[in-house]
Amino acid sequence: MKIKAMTGNTTAAIAASLCRPDLIAAYPITPQSSVAEYLSELVHSGELQTNYVTTESEHSVMSVIQGAACAGGRTFTATSGQGLALMYEPYFQMSTMRLPMVMAIVTREMISPCTVWSGQQDAMSVRDAGWLQVYVENNQEIMDMIIQGYMITEHEDVLIPINVCYDGFYLSHLVEGVDVPSQKEVDAFLPPVHFNHAILDPDNPMAVDSLTSGEVLTRYRKGHLEAMVKTLDVIEEVDKKFAKSFGRSYGGAIEEYKCDDADIVLVAIGGMTGTARDAVDMARDKGIKAGLIKLRFVRPFPTDRIANALKGKKAFAVVDRSVCFGWNAGPMYTEVRAALINGDDKYSHFSAIGGLGGADISIKHMTSVIEKLESVKSKPGQHDTLWLMKEF
Amino acid sequence: MKEIRLHGRGGQGVVKASQIVVKSAVDAGGYGQFIPFFGVERKGSPVFGFLRLGDEPIRRNTQVYEPELLLIFDDTLVDLPTTYDGLKQDGIIIVNSKKSASELKIPSQAGKVAIVDATGISLKLFGKNIPNTAMLGAFAKVTGLVDWEILLAEITSEFGEKNKEAAIAGYYEVSIADNKK
Repeated sequence: MKIKAMTGNTTAAIAASLCRPDLIAAYPITPQSSVAEYLSELVHSGELQTNYVTTESEHSVMSVIQGAACAGGRTFTATSGQGLALMYEPYFQMSTMRLPMVMAIVTREMISPCTVWSGQQDAMSVRDAGWLQVYVENNQEIMDMIIQGYMITEHEDVLIPINVCYDGFYLSHLVEGVDVPSQKEVDAFLPPVHFNHAILDPDNPMAVDSLTSGEVLTRYRKGHLEAMVKTLDVIEEVDKKFAKSFGRSYGGAIEEYKCDDADIVLVAIGGMTGTARDAVDMARDKGIKAGLIKLRFVRPFPTDRIANALKGKKAFAVVDRSVCFGWNAGPMYTEVRAALINGDDKYSHFSAIGGLGGADISIKHMTSVIEKLESVKSKPGQHDTLWLMKEF
Repeated sequence: MKEIRLHGRGGQGVVKASQIVVKSAVDAGGYGQFIPFFGVERKGSPVFGFLRLGDEPIRRNTQVYEPELLLIFDDTLVDLPTTYDGLKQDGIIIVNSKKSASELKIPSQAGKVAIVDATGISLKLFGKNIPNTAMLGAFAKVTGLVDWEILLAEITSEFGEKNKEAAIAGYYEVSIADNKK
């Protein structure tokens, strides 16, 4: 049987192995640990032929991977929270050396106070480190975006590493049915690759990552930013190719759900999106014209598509599972506002924040966002941040 | 879609049991979802799980607040206010216990109460308190929500023959009664 029940972490490990990585390096950390464990089991049993490197820290994980990518190889790792923080130095270097790879971030709240549970603060905190970032809704999308991720990151117009971000515990430990493609199907979709744009090869010496002056470094940044813009097209193109091969499409950088005739729009990201879909349907049953934008790609940020999706709407709220310090709001709220070409003064809008440190985002929470949108939709301008907590 | 909440203690196999239910549902062509709630987990501390079964894709990714069914792996948990919280009108309670319904402080909204000595079955078969597979037998009998043959096959392939025996014992030994209000 093709559809199998599995956790998000098992899904990620199987997806990575189906992409035939040349090298995997990983260090276990909650809630990512079972990705590293399952991959090492696959290697130990001989099911997965790759170089699996266990290291003493996440800093070494990314350094080992950098070496392998500079040898032209396809690589994979996954991490969470504090592990990502420890990895930051080679992490930034990976994207600015333009080395393609897929890395899952099993999103986790950042410390302090001490926590090991869910939240998107870790991935959100590194959204300006030059990587592509996609946030997924369910286990099937973990599978599909790891596979698509390689095609996107390895595209000659892109050559930027990608994070596939999925909620710690709420997806990493959630069990549901996943359509697992065969090795043959993935091989047909994803051809083998060998990079040579930044290569350490004694027979063909190349200066890689040498000390660089400001003027030249600025050119690197300019090129990187321009590649990010081109990536927006590649995302849509790969989504279509994937749909042709596997029969599933995600709509590219964003997905609109019941937006066409909507007055008010929820913007959701990650696993909470499914809950938002149910809340929107319940509101529709009551005659409320609610719609939903699922924000998938955060880097590059799909500004035009968001502005178009919100065109003509009365009100929107962005639900964040992380905070943007200094804005008294969630980070995606500040970015969605920035994406509105003609300014946001004609909309009623607010930020909603919930699900931090493992807290739940319930149907009631999503409904409370919709109710607030209904009540403020005729009062354009910014409204107070809505905190999704137990007492609402 | 049926929403189910599980209550147990660390080490009783709540997570493994729920995974097997989802596997059985998916293998039968249906839909299932299980979200474990991890607190500061260690052996003996209370654990929760949220289980959904349905004929259509399950989209919501959230905890269960108003369960139609409660599966309680340890009868000392009935003293916690969170255990019976939110049970729907005419909801079903399946509890691992040697006690009577009146001793278990069954709330008035419960419809059916099913009691099984899953710990007794487990002690007899394994010499320790891992009541999950016996509870799965009772769950299958009381609810009919999973295909019994598929469930037994999953239990056998995951845990072996002895656990299959435990599930069968749970299936036949569970006593089901209407809640006396």
